[in-house]
Amino acid sequence: MSQLDQKQNSTIDQYVIFRLQEESYGVSIHYVEIIEKVSVITRVPNAAPYIMGVINLRGEIVPVVNLRQMFDLEEASITDESRIIILSVDDIIIGLMTDSSSEVLTIPQQDIENSSGVLSDVEISAIKGIGKVGERMIMMLDIHKILGFKNQESTERSFEH
Amino acid sequence: MDVNQYMDMFIDESKEHLQHMNDILLVLEKNPEDEKELNELFRIAHTIKGMSGTMGFNHVLNLTHQMENVMDLVRNHKLKVTGDVVDLLFDCLDQLEQYIIKIENDQSEGENVSNDLIQELQLLTKNKASTDDIGVAEEKKIDVGLIISQDITNSKSIEVDEFVAGMIKKAIDKEYNIYNLKIILNAKCMLKSARAYIIFSTLEKMAEIIHANPSIEDIEDEKFDDSFELIVITKKNKEDIMTEMNTISEIDDIIYTEMTDENIVFQQDDQENATDEIKITDGNENVLEKVKSDEDSPKRSKTGKTVRVDIDRLDNLMNLVSELIIIKTRLEDAHQMTQQKSISDTTEQLERITTSLHDAVMKVRMVPIERVFNRFPRMVRDLSKDLGKDIHLQMSGEDTEVDRTVIDEIGDPLIHLIRNAIDHGIEDRETRIRNHKDQEGTLNLIAYPDGNSVVIEVQDDGKGIDIEKVKIKALDKGLLSEAQSQLIEDKEVIQFLFHPGFSTADKVSDLSGRGVGLDVVKTKIETLGGIVEVESQPMKGTRFIIRLPLTLAIIQALLVHVGDEKYAIPLNNIREITTIQEENIRKVQGKEVVLFRQTTLPILRLADLLSVEGLHERESDEEFTVVIINHGDKTFGLVVDALIGQQEVVIKSLGRYLATIKGIAGATILGNGTVALIVDTNSFL
Repeated sequence: MSQLDQKQNSTIDQYVIFRLQEESYGVSIHYVEIIEKVSVITRVPNAAPYIMGVINLRGEIVPVVNLRQMFDLEEASITDESRIIILSVDDIIIGLMTDSSSEVLTIPQQDIENSSGVLSDVEISAIKGIGKVGERMIMMLDIHKILGFKNQESTERSFEH
Repeated sequence: MDVNQYMDMFIDESKEHLQHMNDILLVLEKNPEDEKELNELFRIAHTIKGMSGTMGFNHVLNLTHQMENVMDLVRNHKLKVTGDVVDLLFDCLDQLEQYIIKIENDQSEGENVSNDLIQELQLLTKNKASTDDIGVAEEKKIDVGLIISQDITNSKSIEVDEFVAGMIKKAIDKEYNIYNLKIILNAKCMLKSARAYIIFSTLEKMAEIIHANPSIEDIEDEKFDDSFELIVITKKNKEDIMTEMNTISEIDDIIYTEMTDENIVFQQDDQENATDEIKITDGNENVLEKVKSDEDSPKRSKTGKTVRVDIDRLDNLMNLVSELIIIKTRLEDAHQMTQQKSISDTTEQLERITTSLHDAVMKVRMVPIERVFNRFPRMVRDLSKDLGKDIHLQMSGEDTEVDRTVIDEIGDPLIHLIRNAIDHGIEDRETRIRNHKDQEGTLNLIAYPDGNSVVIEVQDDGKGIDIEKVKIKALDKGLLSEAQSQLIEDKEVIQFLFHPGFSTADKVSDLSGRGVGLDVVKTKIETLGGIVEVESQPMKGTRFIIRLPLTLAIIQALLVHVGDEKYAIPLNNIREITTIQEENIRKVQGKEVVLFRQTTLPILRLADLLSVEGLHERESDEEFTVVIINHGDKTFGLVVDALIGQQEVVIKSLGRYLATIKGIAGATILGNGTVALIVDTNSFL
């Protein structure tokens, strides 16, 4: 247990940054397993529209979430830059389809502001704050919201004023 | 000492011992004289006592200690195994189970709640003298004193029980040689129990050991000083035995005493049986045979000795195998392209390896269904007691092996079916007598492998399913129209039982009849990839047949093209594959059907069910490829675009995030590394 605490402490402020439609988003490195190039995605019939399908991640079947669909952004084709960020949250493994992802930034908690006003409704529910790194604005994802969880802690945080 | 690392082992072993204790109590209830089981029971209580003491669980320790005291009295024939004693021991067993569950959950045994039981046990031990008035129906236990007199001055007495005495008499009649051996081991002998074991096995080659003092268990536990005494029956003479025994080292001396008709005096302690000489000899025939058959089948001692394997490790092994299978498939593809002999050899070899590896891993995962079955005798006993019905449970095929996953899941459905059979199926005593049936109802629980599946049957000889009653109920619930009810076949009527919220029981009992049963059973079995069937005959009884796949992880599947996508259809659901002409498809009540082999076959299009896009336009005279799917007694045709072929596929779950997707049972990885989804044909019914 203490080992995990330590790990969380040293990595708590670190975020994997990815891009969607010219915007930067951040996801806590704590949840990130690996970042993958896009392989063949198999469509899953009768699944929610934001599920792009499933991929084979070294023998594991991993569902891939289309964030563009979720955030009501324009559909874009997959390029060489596209990356799937594989997350592991509470024993659930999912992939997030992103336009690109190549950096990890340290953003202290005090540099993250709450996100009211600037964002659309859909985004508000999945974004728990906006981080500032120099001139850059980075939208912080609430993973539990993306997974559709009713996580008490994250709910409070995203609506705090 | 840090005992936490032993916690898992303690819990596992305790559970195993308690189960074993449960089995023995059930045997003893029917046959209270069974010496072997009594000793075993004592040994188990002793083991649990020791283990719990080491782990510091004092409530368990105290309870088992008192149980041990009672069993010791029983073992020494100072207390009779009456129904009351068995009931009390069952209560203690339940309490022990509670403690173990508590320990498993909280790592502590919690409050002491077993004082009442301990008091009852103590009462039993104190009142041992006055227990004679209980259990009139029980067979009388007789202590037989055996006196061997070598000469008038030097005679010694050995106390043996009725069985041994009987065997000695019998052996004398049949002119066997009987020896009393006092074996004195070297004082410096290090592993006395191991030495004793060698002596036993040497003796057993030429003789039968019928009595040991101290008992064989105690000798094996090294609970003796330097010597012990044995009585053996043999056809060999003293010299033969001496030669053999002399080959064993570390024995200081063996005193042989031949026991013959002349020097044995049977003495009975029990006054009331003093005149009962004839009865003893009569009983002996059976006793001798019984003891024999017990020794022929040392089944009891083999059960429960299992290798515990961490399920995670197994899963890992399973993953490796699946990777191997993927590579195999890949190689098969490559082989088609290059046609080189070396590659084909390699592929063949790889195929052999993967097949045997698959088998090996599957076997590790296989567990005898006994693990599920062994809780049922107790359950049936308790239920039939509660309901005042006489029910005899017959189980067979307990050694049938099924996948570990099945073991964990199949228990509840079976419990439900058994409760149903006891509660609704088998009639009460009076009704059975009135209907000229055996007063005792029989419940059969049968398991057997059948090709690639395992079949479990729950059979009762009760009153059967009342078809008319089910019909009326179905009409009531609006599941059936008046017109339909005239035409419907009995078989279809029975299917209504599997409807949610359907129950024909007039009165709701604690056990079943709440109408939340059979549909749950059906769903559970189907999630395991199996099917349930019912057969019922009025007055004769009901039979539930559960058919489960032997393994859940790797299946044979048919790969098909639908549009640009590939899907796998489990082969065990496919009856046949055929082609039909577009023009032969008719519409009945908005549903497509085709006349196939003189029956109407509903037609479903996989592309529609799975909303596949990008299908090319069809011409009207086109032929359809139809995969005919069979589920129990329901059949339908599934239209696909093209067949790819049959393949062994490893079933993978879609993960928790996509937990249930309609029409999809899982996924598998194809030779080229892409994912193909496995179609859940069951959901299209």
